Order: sequence, then C-alpha cells, then structure tokens
Amino acid sequence: MVFIATEVLLFWFIWKYDAAKREGPATFIHGSHTLEVIWTVIPAVLLLFLAIYQMNAWADVKMRRPMMPPTVEVVGRQFEWRLRYPGRDGELGTPDDLFLVNDLHVPVNEEVLIQLKSMDVLHSFFLPNLRIKQDAVPGMKIPVWFKATETGQFDIVCAELCGWGHYKMKGRITIEPREDFEAWLERKYREQEATQPSAELEMARND
Amino acid sequence: MSTITRDTATTVAIPAATKPRRPVAEFLSTYVFSKDHKVIGLQFLFSTLVWFLIGGLLALAVRWQVAWPWSDVPVVGQLFAQEGGQMSPEFYTMLFTMHATVMIFLVIIPILAGAFGNFLIPLMIGADDMAFPTLNMLSYWFMWPAFIAFGASFFVEGGAASSGWTAYPPLTTNLAASPGSGWGQTLWLVGLTFVGVSSMLGSVNYMTTIILMRAPGMTMFRLPMTIWAMFITAVLQAFALPVLTAAGFMQIADRSLGTGFFSAEGSIINNTVTSAGGGQPLLWQHLFWFYSHPAVYIMILPAMGMVSDIMTCFARKPLFGYRPMVYSVAGIAGLGFIVWGHHMFISGMNPALGMTFMVSTMMIALPSAVKTFNWLGTLWGGRIQFTTAMLFAISFVSMFIIGGLSGIFMAATPVDIFIHDTYFIVAHFHYVLFAGTAMGVWAAIYFWFPKMFGRTMNEFWGKVHFFLTFIFLNGTFFTMHILGAVGFPRRLADAYHYETFHHLQPMNAFMTYCAIGMVASQAIFAANFFWSMFYGPRAGRNPWNANGLEWTAPSPPGHGNFDYQPIVHRGPYEYSVPGEEKDHLMQTDPPRAMAAAAH
Repeated sequence: MVFIATEVLLFWFIWKYDAAKREGPATFIHGSHTLEVIWTVIPAVLLLFLAIYQMNAWADVKMRRPMMPPTVEVVGRQFEWRLRYPGRDGELGTPDDLFLVNDLHVPVNEEVLIQLKSMDVLHSFFLPNLRIKQDAVPGMKIPVWFKATETGQFDIVCAELCGWGHYKMKGRITIEPREDFEAWLERKYREQEATQPSAELEMARND
Repeated sequence: MSTITRDTATTVAIPAATKPRRPVAEFLSTYVFSKDHKVIGLQFLFSTLVWFLIGGLLALAVRWQVAWPWSDVPVVGQLFAQEGGQMSPEFYTMLFTMHATVMIFLVIIPILAGAFGNFLIPLMIGADDMAFPTLNMLSYWFMWPAFIAFGASFFVEGGAASSGWTAYPPLTTNLAASPGSGWGQTLWLVGLTFVGVSSMLGSVNYMTTIILMRAPGMTMFRLPMTIWAMFITAVLQAFALPVLTAAGFMQIADRSLGTGFFSAEGSIINNTVTSAGGGQPLLWQHLFWFYSHPAVYIMILPAMGMVSDIMTCFARKPLFGYRPMVYSVAGIAGLGFIVWGHHMFISGMNPALGMTFMVSTMMIALPSAVKTFNWLGTLWGGRIQFTTAMLFAISFVSMFIIGGLSGIFMAATPVDIFIHDTYFIVAHFHYVLFAGTAMGVWAAIYFWFPKMFGRTMNEFWGKVHFFLTFIFLNGTFFTMHILGAVGFPRRLADAYHYETFHHLQPMNAFMTYCAIGMVASQAIFAANFFWSMFYGPRAGRNPWNANGLEWTAPSPPGHGNFDYQPIVHRGPYEYSVPGEEKDHLMQTDPPRAMAAAAH
C-alpha cells in the first residue's frame, strides 16, 4: 500500500512538474509543519503496532518452549546433520541411543522438541517448508519446537555459511503418522543393534 | 577566522638562482602526497572506481555459478583447468566473501566519505581546506596497505578469505575449517584494520572542519544537507569503528595467539581438536554488528544528503522540511546504534532480545520515511529539469522506497525466521546500497564533475547509462525478493539439488543475464567519464545555476578554493524566491535590505 502510494506520487509529481511543461516558477515553500506531524505520527503508530502485534508470534516460536523431553538431538557438523534419538529406554543420553545421519523422522500432529547443537562451526537448521530456522552454535544447546500438520518428505537446508560444503549439507525430514514413525524407529533400532553387541552380551564377555 | 597557518614557503619569494630544482619531489608533493583536499578527494574517487569494477566482476562470477552451477566459467575458467573449467565450491565461497568485502570497505565507504566528503566539505562550508591537511593525506595513503592486503590475498595459499564478509568464527578462527581461513583471512583482517584507521582519521578531520572552519555567516542550520550528512556520518564512523577494530584484533589473537574469545570448548573442526575454548562465537557477532549496522547508515546518509542538494537544484525549489530532514539524519544515526541485534534474531542469542531489537528496528524506519515524504514534497510544485544527475537522484528516492519497505519485513522477527539468510535479505541490501547509494553516487558524479574537472559530462550518454543501469538492476535485484520469499538461501554454490529450490534455476539465469547487462552498461559511464575529463565542453563556475558555496569558486578551484573569503548571508536552497529576477540566490548573495541600502 505504502509502496504503491509513494511510487505513484513520485511518478505523478515528476510528470506534472516537468519544467518543459510548466509555465511559471516553482512554488517557493520551505515545508509544512502540519504535514510533518501527520507523516511522522501515523507511520510511528503503524510501525509500533506492527512490532507489538508480532511479539506473540515470536514468543510462541522461540520463547514458549513446551515442557517435554526432547524428541531428537540434531548436531550440525561439516557437512552433515547428525541425529540422535532416544533408544528403547526412551531417554536421550544413554548408551542405547539411536545414531543416524541426515534422515530425520517426526510424527505428524504432535509437538516435537529438537535439541540443536553444533560440533564445529556455526550451522543453521532450516526447514523451508515448515518455516523453521535456528542457528546451531558450538557450545550452545538450543531448543527448536514445532507441530507438523502435514505428512511428507521435505528438505533440511543449512542456512549459515559453514565452509566449502555448505551448499550440500542436505538432510531430509520425513513427517509421518505416529504408527509409521514408531515402525521406522523400530527398524532403525534393529539395524543399529545388528551392528553392535548388546549391553548384556558385552557385560557377559567382560566377566 | 581560520587559525590554520599556511606554509610560509609558498608565500616567501626565493631567488631562482639559489633554489635547487627538484621536479620529482615537486611532482610527488603536488599530485601524489598532496595535502589539498581536492586532490585527495580525486585520489579516493579514482581508486574506488577501479575497485568498483573489480567488485562488479567478482559479482558476475558469483552470478554465473548461481545461474549455471558447475558449468564452464568464461575467462576465469582458465584458472580451473584441472577441474575442467568449472568453479570449485571453496572458490565460490571466496567469491561472495571478497565481492562484499571489496564493495563495502573499498568502494562505498571510501567513495562517499573519502571522495565526496573530502572534495565537497571545505568547498561547501567556505573553508580553504580541511582542518588537518596532513592527516587527510595520510587517510588516503592508509588505504593503500589495505588495497595491497586484499589484493594479495587472492594469490596466497588457500586463496582469499572465504567465510563471508561477516567473518563469523569459528569458521574464521580455525585454519582447518575453510581454505581461506589461513593466509587469506589474516590478510583480510590486516586490510580491515587499515581501512578502519583510514576512516577514523578522516572522520576526525571532517568533524573538526565542519565545526570550526565554516565561513562567517554559515551557521549550522544554513549548511547544505550534504554537509549535515557528512558530519553525522563522521560521528558514526568515529564511535562505531573502534569496536570493529577491537573485534578484529580479538580475532587475530584467536587465530595467532591461541586465545579463545570466540571459540567454544570441545569443538572438533575437520578432525582437529580446537585449542583454547571458553569463549562465545556469538560475541563476535555482537561486536561485528555493533559496527556494521551503523556502517550501513554510513553507506547511505551521505548519498541522501547529496541527493537532497541535487533534487533541490533541478526542481528549482527549496528543500521541503529542512529542519525535519536534519533531525531525521540525526535520528537515523542515533537509532542506528541500538538496532544491531536484528542481524542476529536467529543466532541463538536470548530471544527476549528479539523483541527489543524488533521495536528499535521498526522505529528506525520512521526517520527514513519522513525523509522520503520530504523528498516528495520537494518535487511537488517544482520546475523539474531532467538532467542525468536529476534522473539518478529521483531514482534514488524511488529505489530507496523499495529497499526501505523490504527492510520492514525483516524487522518483523517472526517473518525473519523464514527470510533470514535468504535472497530476500540480499535483495534488500542491494536495493538500498546499489539502487540507492550507487545511484546517488552517480548522481553526485554527474553533478559535481564540472566542479572537479572544469568540464561537463555528456548528457545524452549519461541518460543512456541511466536507463540501461536502471532496467538491468531492477531485473537483477527485484527478482531476488521472489527467490527469498520461497526461502532460496544465500551463499549456496548450488541450491538446485534441493527439491524446494529445484525449479528456480531459470529465474536465476534471467538475473544473471541482467547482471551481465548491468556491468556492461558501465562501460558507457567509464567512456563518458574519461573522455569528458579531457574533451568535454568547458564548464563555468556554476553550470547548473545551483546556490551552494562551491559554485562560487572556479571550476576546478585552485589551492585555497575561493577568490575571496566567502561571507554567507542566506540558507541553502534559495531557489525561485518570489520577487527576485533570478531563479536562484547564492548563499553569499546579500539580503535585499543591505543591497538596497548600498545604492
């Protein structure tokens, strides 16, 4: 609106006040106090309104963290996304955690909480289709939360220059119904366990 | 009035027989190490125009890769013979880093403050030179180590800096993180230090000169907008630069002395464990943007001031709202110190800061809007002459509206979540810096060229230059808003392997064609500029019938600038005063009552 109004005015003035068309001298005027007040106060009110009106949205996305254990830990690294899901014990940070790279799955229609970290340099976890972006900072653990409402497979893009491979730091996020998500988790647990001795076997060997 | 003592050597006659002739020394002190502000201004102008070309070519290489990734690059492709003519990803990161670095530190800031500030300030305030001529000369020559450092960095092992002009650690502080983070980044930091010192020396000079050396009768509120803008810009430089310089030293220390200002503990970069930790990567961002945000106002306020002077001249009427314009410039500068966090909304800093910086950033749009309305008011009721300078000045206003309004989207923190680090941001700053400031710079070149060289540039070719540049720049940069609105990220050597961005290649190809056209059109400007310098029609003192003090001096002015000490009786912009026979009154023209009393 503002754009159209100001540009139209601009073009109208330069057309109307072309010296080639105009007979008399220019209008000798230094300004108008009234106009100055009007065009200071109205934009100020509009801008303040814009700022204040959006605070709620910002707080929802970045400040009102849901009180829940993290669904997955995402660690940015040159040039991949390392993922760590809680293992069968349901707790993140124990030896049975599931380790994956670039293949993020989340359940649909449920609140998801991601713990975002970085192993080396700055990265940024960007889900274009979900309008989510958060920088991953080494030394910091930053929560990112959302509730996806549509299923599908979408891109994870790195949005903070992290070196030569920044352009190919590509992940995929799969949003699927809860049953499919759990089925996938189960498959991944089995794949991981197949490559590793179980904890009990390990302890038995050491006895 | 002036307490500057002249060199007695220039006024005492020395018998020819006893004085040895030293032509080389004379040549050096007249043309190379000159202390005359006009010569120094022209030195800045020529140097920055050369770097403008280099920066533009770097941009074309960036555009080539974005449009046709992994294809044979013309000309530069010879460097990549081993890879079959295609660019490597690390080379791409170096290109956009150096494009921005060159444009910001070696082009825009020096051309506004160093070239135009130097040339115009003493002339417009009625002084014979700057307050500190030797310091002024040093401020130009301090640019040369920076030119050499940045230039040499392209040829060192690992190539030039490649971590963005924003130089965020840990990418920059760890030599293993990126090839350009070796010698390239070191030279980058050296260059940055020198441009910083050059700017700080200059800003001290400008502030002192404007405060102390105005001609009698030239009160602060009779100063043309160019001078107000240069003055406030100098204040910004003086207060903001030390923070960047300090941050630069901290980064040098992290890289060379093993400190850990910006390094977190326990990072493993490229399979090497980093040294000292305990620091914060975010600290760099705060320090960097504390300078770099005021820097963007440094990069536009002088252009705004010059555009005000040019528009009043060619609309033949006074500036609408002179005092509000002055207060707006001061407001932009003041607010500019408390908005830096808007570059860091997504950085991981405390989100509560996102609220405070959103408010201050929204508010800074206000003085810019007031200025835009006042420019419109200046055009209203005018008698507009469409010279080349006027065309560029009007388009400055028009394009600044676009750039400014897109800024409001970014100021909205929730919106920024999506558009941060996308081409929407790139569109915004190219509109304000290129479609804005660069247009303002061209307007200023066409306008003050007669004063600098005693000849006018060709108007027809100037208009061709204008129309081609205008069309191509809109083609190149407007489409970036569309890309950004889809989330197309910055700094990716190849975005098309992402499903989301796969279909945007044709749009990028279109933009690259426009960019090539835009850079090619500058050949017309270059030809006009150099040809007119030697063969253009001779200009008198005041070819545009403008009323600033500079137009009372000869074209070009000699040492000391004015034939006599100017005494100022009027404010700027006394155009089309009713009842006067001429449509402009010089600032030195006596008031009617005095002139009548003299009869």
